[in-house]
Amino acid sequence: MNAVIEEHHDHDHKPGGIGRWLFSTNHKDIGSMYLWFAFLMFFIGGSLALLIRAELFQPGLQIVEPDFFNQLTTLHGLIMVFGVIMPAFVGLANWQLPMMIGAPDMALPRMNNWSFWLLPGAFGMLLASLVMSIMGMGSAPNFGWTFYAPLSTTYGPSSTDFFIFSVHLMGISSVMGAINVIATIMNMRAPGMNYMKMPIFVWTWFITAYLLIAVMPVLAGAVTMMLTDRHFGTSFFNAAGGGDPVMFQHIFWFFGHPEVYIMILPAFGIISQIVPTFSRKPLFGYSSMVYATASIAFLSFIVWAHHMFTTGMPVAGELFFMYSTMLIAVPTGVKVFNWVSTMWKGSLTFETPMLFAIAFIFLFTMGGFTGLMLCIVPADFQYHDTYFVVAHFHYVLVTGAAFSIMAAVYYWLPKWTGHMYDEKLGKLHFWLTCISSNVLFFPMHFIGLAGMPRRIPDYALQFTEFNQIATIGAFVFGFSQLIFLYLIIKCVRGGEKATSEVWEGAQGLEFELPSPAPFHSYTTPPEVK
Amino acid sequence: MRAVSRPLGLACLLLVSNPLYADYQLNLEPGVTSFSQGAYNIHTIVMWICVIIGIVVYGAMTYSILKHRKSKHPNPAKFDDNTTVEILWTVIPVLILIGMAVPATKVLLAMEDTSNSDMSIKVTGYQWKWHYDYVGEDVGFFSNLSTPKSQIDNAEAKGEHYLLEVDNRIVIPTNKKVRFLFTSNDVIHAWWVPAFGVKKDAIPGFINESWANVSEPGIYRGQCAELCGANHGFMPIVVEAMDEPDYLAWLDSKKAEKAAATASADKTWTMDELMSQGESTYNTNCAACHMVGGEGLPGAFPGLKGSAIATGDINKHIEVVLQGVAGTGMQAFGPQLNDADLAAIITYERNAWGNNTGDMVQPSDIKAARK
Repeated sequence: MNAVIEEHHDHDHKPGGIGRWLFSTNHKDIGSMYLWFAFLMFFIGGSLALLIRAELFQPGLQIVEPDFFNQLTTLHGLIMVFGVIMPAFVGLANWQLPMMIGAPDMALPRMNNWSFWLLPGAFGMLLASLVMSIMGMGSAPNFGWTFYAPLSTTYGPSSTDFFIFSVHLMGISSVMGAINVIATIMNMRAPGMNYMKMPIFVWTWFITAYLLIAVMPVLAGAVTMMLTDRHFGTSFFNAAGGGDPVMFQHIFWFFGHPEVYIMILPAFGIISQIVPTFSRKPLFGYSSMVYATASIAFLSFIVWAHHMFTTGMPVAGELFFMYSTMLIAVPTGVKVFNWVSTMWKGSLTFETPMLFAIAFIFLFTMGGFTGLMLCIVPADFQYHDTYFVVAHFHYVLVTGAAFSIMAAVYYWLPKWTGHMYDEKLGKLHFWLTCISSNVLFFPMHFIGLAGMPRRIPDYALQFTEFNQIATIGAFVFGFSQLIFLYLIIKCVRGGEKATSEVWEGAQGLEFELPSPAPFHSYTTPPEVK
Repeated sequence: MRAVSRPLGLACLLLVSNPLYADYQLNLEPGVTSFSQGAYNIHTIVMWICVIIGIVVYGAMTYSILKHRKSKHPNPAKFDDNTTVEILWTVIPVLILIGMAVPATKVLLAMEDTSNSDMSIKVTGYQWKWHYDYVGEDVGFFSNLSTPKSQIDNAEAKGEHYLLEVDNRIVIPTNKKVRFLFTSNDVIHAWWVPAFGVKKDAIPGFINESWANVSEPGIYRGQCAELCGANHGFMPIVVEAMDEPDYLAWLDSKKAEKAAATASADKTWTMDELMSQGESTYNTNCAACHMVGGEGLPGAFPGLKGSAIATGDINKHIEVVLQGVAGTGMQAFGPQLNDADLAAIITYERNAWGNNTGDMVQPSDIKAARK
């Protein structure tokens, strides 16, 4: 797969063949590997989702056993979160950060190589457990991507240890990636680019990197405690030994909630780059965007227990977490209002990146609304662990994060390859993706409110119609992504030459470099006024 | 707020009761308790606030998309900030949020007050069934899914209450404040009856509480709402609310049932009695893992057909069933089932599916093994 993105720049002193990729210290090559890795995982995680949706097409068990169904939901979640959204954002950071701040490369290129090459090992191990399960050699992790104890400890299958090791590797990879981002942004900005002149994408990644460093070790701690509970006689999460199963959830969500913002802050950055370009108008409220991002990051640390309202915490705790969660709506609202105001009285055109960005604003806001509904504790007692929650986080993560990644790929692909992509195909991909994702996820609101719990392989008859609609949407959505794959390969191979500016309204240092961008980006730093 | 919520609620109700959607439901159900109605009202308020904000934001975007496109608006404006509107759209959302928080807090405080209850029922989650214990009444029983496997496997047409039906319903009296105490025997489960607005996790080592005061007699159905293993989707909850006299009569019948079971444990059973009792009890309690045909689920749950335990030492077999196997999914059934049921299950396991050991286990053997 890597062969297709081989470019032909001479005089760059890179090793040829497979060595170029294995030993790469170049931010562009590593960025490409991250993006291709995420794309491959997107198809694998997506295939698991299609199996889930196929089973749910009708009531009754047709395709998979309940235990295997649980393995599918678990691996679908883990792969999409840790194998698709996060690596794709790191890939975009790798490609874009040096170009956007006027640097030749990332600050720590060897660590960059290592943090990528940990990922195939981590996911190889995780997927191995699924392969073994299919071959009848024990069960893959089957406790949901949130792996609540004691289901994942005392009651977990043997493959849980593969899972634990795999999560450790992903954590090390993410933390190293984050250190690299921070070191690059702090030290390698072009002369004159002070913090409040950085592009918003750089800002959002800067803040995201701090979140990663703060919470990935917490996740590592949680899985380490699981490991010692399973094998070394501790009882962190085992009530029979004096431990506390609810503490697991506190630790997990203290990681998990910032993690949610790790998956959306870079998306905010991408949208804030794209909307001004195609509105031909500067971003509205740059500084309020920065402050809003920082306040969302801060708030993300004090809202974790809103995932746990039904665990029976004291009413004072429920009220605190409800109020703090409501507060997140304020900076998030500011962002949406800023994007709308950026478009207001602009001069808008609707190339594919802009279409995905507009769809992001519409649909991410939908996810925001349901998020606001979910934080209302009495109502959450009804929504919790139903398909309403599934609808909520898929609106935020698929039509939010994943759409922003697609928007970013369309936006910067001409800069990466030197060719314009096929706009007709791009629009076809957009419309199919946008419509089918709503056919897929919107009915989930209804079945959730009607009372269908999540993570069940079979359901009562009154949920049939909307499950069928969702499954149809899922298959259209899944197969539409093949268009995206074809379009990217086609664009890498050739096409209309892209100018250095690429888009009429494009601003920023990356658009002052020729397309395709030179292997070492800015070898002499540009002056920023 | 109440003045606002009533017309909004009505509008919502009209939407839901639209005859087009006769079979399926689009919205939350108002339910039959103050909990569920409180949740429904606050849900309705917040949803409509979101709809209104959505109309404003999406309206502005749509207007901009239509009117400010390059073909109609070739010269973009240059502005990039406006302190007044930025303050406004920070302050107004805060006010709206306070408007949501006040009623939400009121509803929540009422829900969390479990004092002055008339009776208590202890609810214990097991993989994958519920146990109900009427505190102080000496009545307790398991409630298992009663949908036949053939319906789940599509060999037979599915019934009206497919997956939402059980062998023993929990019965509560109407117009009484019934307190529920939740805990678990193994992993975390969650007890959820949408019509009551009650969803609470059942956590091993913890006791959570909630309550319901139901005024309408009727049958209310719900499901486990926390992933609890392979058969998470197959442990429903069915609650029947009865007027008090009916409830008391039901309670007496449950007590009589228990007395009869104790009496039958003292007699000596025949092989046929043990096998027929064993088959039904096995299918209810054991087949979820070991399967109806005793073949188990390779890799997850061991089979019993021809297994070393089911065909080997009888005392070891009794011990495994009574005590469970630590660190595996095999629960201790000693505290869960009575002597007669256990004797029947073990006899059945030793003679079904070609195991044919010819061994018979009597309730008295179980009683002896318990000591």
